[in-house]
Amino acid sequence: MTSPAMRHAGEASFSPARVWAMLLRYLYILRSSWPRTIELLYWPTLQMLIWGFMSQFLRQNSSYIAQAFGVLLAAVMLWDLLFRSQLGLSISFLEEMWSRNLGQLFVTPLRPYEWLISLLAMSVIRVTIGIVPAALLAIPLYHYSIFDMGWALVAFLVVLMAMGWSLGLAICGGILRHGMGAESLAWTVIFALAPLSCIYYPVTTLPAWLQPVAWALPSTYVFEGMRTVMFEHTFRTDYFLSALGLDLIYLAVGALIFFIAFHDARRRGALLQMGE
Amino acid sequence: MPDPVIFVENLVKRYGRTLAVDGIGFVVERGVTAALLGGNGAGKTTTLSILLGLLLPTSGRIHLFGEDVLRHRYRVLPRLNFSSPYVDLPHRLTVRQNLSIYARLYGVVGRKERIALLARDLQIEPLLDRPAGKLSSGQKTRVALAKALLNEPELLLLDEPTASLDPDTGDWVRSYLEEYRTRTGATILLASHNMAEVERLCSQIMMMKEGKIVDRGSPGELILRYGRTNLEEVFLHIARGARALEAVL
Repeated sequence: MTSPAMRHAGEASFSPARVWAMLLRYLYILRSSWPRTIELLYWPTLQMLIWGFMSQFLRQNSSYIAQAFGVLLAAVMLWDLLFRSQLGLSISFLEEMWSRNLGQLFVTPLRPYEWLISLLAMSVIRVTIGIVPAALLAIPLYHYSIFDMGWALVAFLVVLMAMGWSLGLAICGGILRHGMGAESLAWTVIFALAPLSCIYYPVTTLPAWLQPVAWALPSTYVFEGMRTVMFEHTFRTDYFLSALGLDLIYLAVGALIFFIAFHDARRRGALLQMGE
Repeated sequence: MPDPVIFVENLVKRYGRTLAVDGIGFVVERGVTAALLGGNGAGKTTTLSILLGLLLPTSGRIHLFGEDVLRHRYRVLPRLNFSSPYVDLPHRLTVRQNLSIYARLYGVVGRKERIALLARDLQIEPLLDRPAGKLSSGQKTRVALAKALLNEPELLLLDEPTASLDPDTGDWVRSYLEEYRTRTGATILLASHNMAEVERLCSQIMMMKEGKIVDRGSPGELILRYGRTNLEEVFLHIARGARALEAVL
């Protein structure tokens, strides 16, 4: 019979052991396929190489770029971080859909929020595997280290990760609601935000009517803030706080979408049916 | 008198205009193996999914171990488990990894020993380090059963437990379930349309048709009531009507 210890553990409203179990599961999945691990490294490294050589060329031909050689490289790496944090969460979520496993998971004592925490942790791991080697490779290749930004970099990471998660949560909610037909959202939605995030150009480049929309995105504050750090050697705390505030709103909205979609999936019986 | 393990009253599940479960009610006492028996679309799997909390009912009361499942789902989940051939384990993980993760989710104490014991009992030791996706149907069923028994459930819910199995493996699974119930005093509820299986395993049957329980009783009672020689004929009688059945027989 189910032991009292097991019953007690199952009834606990939060269990680090369950979060760890789910994290372990995603690590097993990641480890079981080396092409997937290579793929995590592949795109950020490729991007860094393309933009690194482009920056070297521009440095010889542009006084603007000469002022801050790393601006394009930093922008491309930070953008990739945003993309990877969203994708890292969505892919781990999709692993469950592909293996038609939600029905098995949610008859265990696992709580949906424990699952979410494991998805967020996996997103951090995937981002680290993808971005850190590319950032390190830029040091010997271009004599540029993004880590020179210091604490400002930490602030940018926090803002971009949180934005990636809020998008990832909303996308997972969309997939729960609409099924695997909505799978492509995981790879496409973020690119709609790229022009508005002003990754490679200042916000003032946008038409005046579009600028308020850009300022509604936490990523815009990061890229503007990054340029301020690199050109003026100043960290804009006001940008950071605004971005953080927006992140909190979007995280709450993303989580709300996810939990509503999860509840709706239980109402429709989709937890048992979802899969490829 | 202790609470029944399963208590269902006026359970209704509606999808738009479709009534999948139409006001059913039943009670299953401790240590009993019961079956929801019916054809495709009768509402068996829907009922199981509601009991598991994977599906929210439109209305009705469901108590497991005396607890209201809709309000206190997490009080009962540690005490039950579930197996279905229609729900997979991640294919790229090995059997051992899969079982280990579920053991952690259930908070199983002595995880490795429990997995080793089940692997020995269910004869899956040679499969432990193989990816779950590389197993045959029979092997998958035994692994799914191992997963379902990790927490030594007091209530085991099984959807078509021997679907797509050859007769030998099917018989082996049925024997194992009988042995588990006798040894632990667990309650088993299975959804099936395998008459021989239900006749052999179950002492209580709820016959379902179009979302309703149209009759209930032990296999012997049902066979006697309909004047038939086996449960399959009772099933056909209910599914097709008496006159249609006479034409077939």
